[in-house]
Amino acid sequence: MSTKATYAIYLGIIAGLAALGLLGDRFMVYMGMRVMLLAIFALGYNLLLGRTGLLSFGHGALYACGSYSMALVNLHLTQDPLLGILAGVAMAALFSLIVGFFCVRNTEIYFAMLTLAFGMMIFSLIWNLREITGGDDGLVGISRGSVFGLPIVKDGQFYFLVLFFFGLTLWLVHRIRSSAFGLVLAGIRENHQRTSFAGIPVKRYRLAAFVVSGMFAGLAGSLGAMLQYNTDPFSAHWSHSAEPVLVSLIGGLQTFSGPLAGSVVFVVLREIIERYTQNWMLWFGIILLAIIMGLRGGVMGGLEKRLRQRAATRKGGE
Amino acid sequence: MLESIVHVCLAGLSQGMFIWLVASGLTLIFGVLGVLNFAHGAFYMLGAYFCYTVLAALGDNFWLGLIFGPLFVCAVGFLVERYFLRYVYHLDLPYQLLLTFAFVLIFDDLVKIVWGAGSISSPTVPGLGGSVSIMGRMFPTYSLFIIAVGPLVALGLWAALERTWAGRIIRAASSDREMAAALGAKVPWIFTGVFVFGVWLGALGGGLAVPYVGLLTPGMGESIVIEAFVVAVIGGLGSLKGAFFGALIIGLLSSFGTRFLPSFDMFLTFILMALVLLWRPQGFFGEASR
Repeated sequence: MSTKATYAIYLGIIAGLAALGLLGDRFMVYMGMRVMLLAIFALGYNLLLGRTGLLSFGHGALYACGSYSMALVNLHLTQDPLLGILAGVAMAALFSLIVGFFCVRNTEIYFAMLTLAFGMMIFSLIWNLREITGGDDGLVGISRGSVFGLPIVKDGQFYFLVLFFFGLTLWLVHRIRSSAFGLVLAGIRENHQRTSFAGIPVKRYRLAAFVVSGMFAGLAGSLGAMLQYNTDPFSAHWSHSAEPVLVSLIGGLQTFSGPLAGSVVFVVLREIIERYTQNWMLWFGIILLAIIMGLRGGVMGGLEKRLRQRAATRKGGE
Repeated sequence: MLESIVHVCLAGLSQGMFIWLVASGLTLIFGVLGVLNFAHGAFYMLGAYFCYTVLAALGDNFWLGLIFGPLFVCAVGFLVERYFLRYVYHLDLPYQLLLTFAFVLIFDDLVKIVWGAGSISSPTVPGLGGSVSIMGRMFPTYSLFIIAVGPLVALGLWAALERTWAGRIIRAASSDREMAAALGAKVPWIFTGVFVFGVWLGALGGGLAVPYVGLLTPGMGESIVIEAFVVAVIGGLGSLKGAFFGALIIGLLSSFGTRFLPSFDMFLTFILMALVLLWRPQGFFGEASR
């Protein structure tokens, strides 16, 4: 696909989402925001998993770093949402730098376990430091304030702030993927030894990828805290880190649009299942099993394969 | 002061032995199959619930529960390996981890459906329910029993792997799958067997935990499996020796942490892990970087 066509598709998506924000009812707007937040989280996460080939189970904790920093700034310092978000992203970057420093020396399963353990460390910190983080209650009473004089108190108004950051994420992630930096990351995924023979400091690149994806997690976290007006300690839990993995997997691991499609499927599916049963985890587990056993390229990967097969048979027929 | 330290040590040892029972199955499965089993905590939980059900059905006999409960969990483990896990060994890591994660979700919710979402208080063990006096203070007999069981399991595992014919074949299959298969070892069945045995160890840990933790809750395996992960990292992934000593260290550390730094006990564990990793990224007994 040419770059122009890609940009046209993304502009189309954003225009469609803007129309949803203007025309949709409250429920649709709320769902739209949840999809976009999850997509920000997953797009950033996929820079690490799909692009660099590192599986992290600590990103839930980085998401929570964003939420809690945003909430603390909001409750104690200023109600300016942009400053809160900035604090959330900065804190997530700081934590991912520290955690990443320990983790990027290892790969594969070791990396996954280390990020899991450090993520749970942040979880236990949030859980235990009651005076600061509110313990199991989380922090409540976040106010949204206004951006440059425009109020974002109502969901219909806040929607457009989320949309702005969603568009920004889309653009940034796209740029990162096609930059020299992004290509080096793909090189590390394919063969880290060769990449290091080419004179590239692999560990430093891994760390950079970890920090960048952690910052997107922090962004999603700080916006999520504003969306829900509170913070949830369980967002730091390792099972929350599995969410972007599931989303990327549903959508397709190594595609750029995978996390987008996956986020829509995930949020809608969860809403539908929760409407009929309380045991949404059970059903999600079953769906996950089905995806892993049967449909491994994800929705977008499967679609691409189908199209390619069709093109191939057509060529063969000629 | 001295008797207080002795008691904290004993509590730490019994805690460490529980972590060891879970970490041993996890490590064995990882060492042989190369799969990190997230569902191990769920098997621990299932072990506890099945033991509880069996012991309640057989007239409050704890020992019968401990014998037969884990066998049911083994059957579940067999189905998981035979019909699911077997098909992902050749796939990328995310698929393997997510497959076991899917089973965590499924088992956690199934337990809620079958046994209810609330917690169940568990019975005490006849004969081991009391406490004995150690240096003038009472210490639960059951914890002493656990401290004895841990090394026995370790010894049994060591003997089975190092001193028997089956253990030799398992070690061969884990170090080189293809060569072992070429020499006639039925590698798929060895893998199934090792997985089921690892699940049995986890379920046994869960069954032993029934009187110890006092309450059965869905998701009870979660914190212990995280600790088992930390133990496996510290000891060196795949090393049973490392898992044993790692579990002892973590158990003692968290026990001392609970006593002297109550709000940071879990935190201490992770600080230790970070320090060990700085010093030896592959863990105490792990092989040097591949």
